[in-house]
Amino acid sequence: MSGSEWTDPRPMSPHLQVWKWHWTMATSIFHRVTGVGNYLGALLISVWLIALATGPEAYGFVEGIMFHPVGQILLFFWLLSLVFHLVNGVRFLLWDGPKIGFEPKTASRVSIFNFAIAIILAATIWSLATNLF
Amino acid sequence: MVQLTLPKGSAPKKGKQWPKPEGAKNTKAFKIYRYSPEEGGNPRWDTYHVDMDRCGPMVLDVLIWIKNNVDPTLAFRRSCREGVCGSCSMNIGGRNTIACTKGWDEVAGSTITIAPLPHLPVVKDLVPDLTTFYAQHAYVQPFLKTDTPEPEKEWKQSEEQRNELNGLYECILCACCTTSCPSYWWNGDKYLGPAALLQAYRWLIDSRDEATGERLDDLEDPFKLYRCHTIMNCAQVCPKGLNPAKAIAKVKHMMVERVA
Repeated sequence: MSGSEWTDPRPMSPHLQVWKWHWTMATSIFHRVTGVGNYLGALLISVWLIALATGPEAYGFVEGIMFHPVGQILLFFWLLSLVFHLVNGVRFLLWDGPKIGFEPKTASRVSIFNFAIAIILAATIWSLATNLF
Repeated sequence: MVQLTLPKGSAPKKGKQWPKPEGAKNTKAFKIYRYSPEEGGNPRWDTYHVDMDRCGPMVLDVLIWIKNNVDPTLAFRRSCREGVCGSCSMNIGGRNTIACTKGWDEVAGSTITIAPLPHLPVVKDLVPDLTTFYAQHAYVQPFLKTDTPEPEKEWKQSEEQRNELNGLYECILCACCTTSCPSYWWNGDKYLGPAALLQAYRWLIDSRDEATGERLDDLEDPFKLYRCHTIMNCAQVCPKGLNPAKAIAKVKHMMVERVA
């Protein structure tokens, strides 16, 4: 019953249009989004490594992009994406392994915690990295 | 397939503003989804103003008040009015629930939006077509299956074995969980959905049932069971407080254990 192949003469009732989001729904979709983000980040690191192998000129060019404000923003989002995916992955382990954390209230609280801890961790790692190197 | 927007012809248009009841001091606005197969065309959002001093405490009371006092053409399902039959399930204030046990004072906002259960063909107003939902329930064969000859009296169960069914047998098949699931929205023709899978687990874990292997075989494909991505909307909305997400996790566990 997908929308693009909706052949029913009757209308489809509204779904995302009316739905009031839960925190758990948000962590679920963000897990996917950050999964894709991590792939893109992996692409970025490959470009960086290839440039490193090619020579100083190519490396300088890539480094120029990475130290540009746009590159810095991209790097920070990649870091955030990695950290969120990791933290949220622990939640999936707890669900699949010991099967705990299924109560809706607990699950919602853990979701909020995951968003918060991901931002805090990413900011901490970023400030450490930029201040140490 | 994922399609975030509604197909053409399904998007609700701005509808009618019904007049406020005369002499009412305490009114509340209800934005209700309307579609009539006789009139055709796009569905619309009608706004009704309800005299809350002359209306009962539940959202179902509001709908009945509107039908009796303002607009007799408003269509919705209802029967037991006490959370047992599961007929009046709908989307209230953005969440699926049953109208008879949901107090209108529990729903936030000055205007309360009421829509049919999400992502289903609409028969009329708040009445969706649940044919696929029932077919999926039938698919899991929700009845006792045995090979051994029937005992003289009854199939016996210990207290512990019976306790396994708590939190499963209470399902009233209102479809709130199944139609709350984004995974079911996108793959409702292949994924069985939370309600059917909770029922599947109810029979898988029943100590008297002897068709466990067969039942697991029937769920073993990429879609029927494994399209659950623990989005958790099902457990969040169940008006009976059941947890289909947890039941599905246990079915997945049984699948793994069987192979091991």
